[in-house]
Amino acid sequence: MVANPLTRNIDFSRPPLDLPAYEATDGYRGLHEIARGLSPADVLRQVKDSGLKGRGGAGFPTGLKWSFVPAGDDAPKQKYLVVNADEMEPGTFKDRLLMEGDPHLLIDGMIIAAYAIGASKAYIFLRGEYTDSERILGQAIAQARDKGYLGRDLLGTGFDLDIILHTSAGRYICGEETALLNALEGKRANPRAKPPFPQVSGLWGKPTIVNNVETICNLPGILAWGVDWYQSLTKGKDHGTKLFGISGKARTPGCWELPLGTPIRELLEVHGGGMRDGLKLKGFLPGGGSTDFMLPEHLDLNLDYDDIAGAGSRLATGTLILLDDQTCPVGMIGNLMTFFSHESCGYCTPCRDGLPWVDEIFRDFEAGKGSQRDLAILEEHVDYMGPGKTFCALAPGATAPLGSGLRYFREDFERHISEQRCPYRN
Amino acid sequence: MSAQHEQAREQMIASTAPPAEYLLEAEIAEIEHERGLYPDTRAIGLEALKIVQKHRGWVSDESLLAVADYLGLPVAELEGVATFFNLIYRQPVGGNVILFCKSVSCWIMGCDAVKEEISAELGIDYGETSADGEFTLIPVPCLGDCDRAPVMMVGRDQHRNLDQQNLGEIFACYRKGRD
Repeated sequence: MVANPLTRNIDFSRPPLDLPAYEATDGYRGLHEIARGLSPADVLRQVKDSGLKGRGGAGFPTGLKWSFVPAGDDAPKQKYLVVNADEMEPGTFKDRLLMEGDPHLLIDGMIIAAYAIGASKAYIFLRGEYTDSERILGQAIAQARDKGYLGRDLLGTGFDLDIILHTSAGRYICGEETALLNALEGKRANPRAKPPFPQVSGLWGKPTIVNNVETICNLPGILAWGVDWYQSLTKGKDHGTKLFGISGKARTPGCWELPLGTPIRELLEVHGGGMRDGLKLKGFLPGGGSTDFMLPEHLDLNLDYDDIAGAGSRLATGTLILLDDQTCPVGMIGNLMTFFSHESCGYCTPCRDGLPWVDEIFRDFEAGKGSQRDLAILEEHVDYMGPGKTFCALAPGATAPLGSGLRYFREDFERHISEQRCPYRN
Repeated sequence: MSAQHEQAREQMIASTAPPAEYLLEAEIAEIEHERGLYPDTRAIGLEALKIVQKHRGWVSDESLLAVADYLGLPVAELEGVATFFNLIYRQPVGGNVILFCKSVSCWIMGCDAVKEEISAELGIDYGETSADGEFTLIPVPCLGDCDRAPVMMVGRDQHRNLDQQNLGEIFACYRKGRD
């Protein structure tokens, strides 16, 4: 049986598979099942039963999310599927791999998702900087259109679907699903108030599902080989496989598809090759820049939503960023604060004013001008910008590495103050 | 600003604003193509700015006013959008825009030293254009190639595993390409 449904066709030594070659590997089976009479309710049930959780960061069950879309005769006729391909989380490089490695897998999955929720129009919201993805997806969409897998009345099912590839004009906040919808509508990408949730009132006020690229890429396998197969892939409590990555000073950084529940140590030591010679692991962010630090003592936990949450962090994007013992933790957190500060949309006060303040304090630490008072202000901001106190999750995301960093690497902050310099610099 | 001033200012803009005719035929054709993809004119506004930038390198006041006039969108709204997004340039840029990643993985892998090298080689800091007009340097959030950091884009091309040595070759290629 297939053990790597997300990456099985990916081989960067050749161009990605075109439509006939992709189809020959059991591709577009979902669409053919639909043509044979599979109903939207059947698809929804299979996806719910599979236990698939969103791979964009929040880990919300995909089938449950879809089930909030109004169905039936009274429901609005126009619904939208939007694929969040705005990969911009610092240290995250997984969706690019899927889009550039096997573009038809994404289109295949989008047909399945759009059919399940009754959407006749789907947008891929792609990062503007992903020019290779744009070219490769554009070609694949054209092939699918020519083949009649996109357009009107797909394979005589009466189901219409068109996919529009939209390139973003660039802001991290567009990764937040309601901000993304505003950007697609041509507005400033400020997040919207929820409720109403996009499932009920999203793009141009119509019911809309926003799913991450990797989430969508899980769907073709579930339809082709079934729920039992999908659930047999895992090593842990959550189902399926996931892309996991390593960046930082490992011997062989990269991105691999592994079963959920794989031990973190295996990811780092077997796939990442361990730390480079002469370096020790000091800590790591498990799922991009807006997750809490974890420590070497956590390496025997599994790459599983619950396990990582138990250590006070989040699996999120599953791409680990390594902090080694010769890289300054204060500098690393400061780099993240500069990023978050720049990317704040400016809508709510704690984020707009808090992040630049925090960023400035980190610059002072770097310049040897940090004080105990500054440290107290940083502590306060972990609270002021924390979950529930801001309009969206951007600033709480920033407090994840900040709060955990202050806790785990206190001594490094203290040394910056007492030595009036960065102790990691020669 | 008083209401009187406000009115005077609006009249001034109205009298000097380039009308829709300022747009090139090719730009208008591409803008019209977008109409089929989005059900609302506001969405076309942002797309139109990207189209104008593709043809002219950046979005000048004249371009912005012409787009607003062509689509019937409020100037202030379009300007609000234009200044919000990182990839809409409201100032002229060089022949090749360098989007330099300075996010966390690239930082760990030593992008600061690479940036210093670029600045020395081209004589520019962030937000500046080289004297020969060839390159503009802009910092950008994570470019999503973190296992091959440090990373930058030049124009539409991604360059990976940057170090102080390979930069020279990269820039030489772009310079030669334009001869």
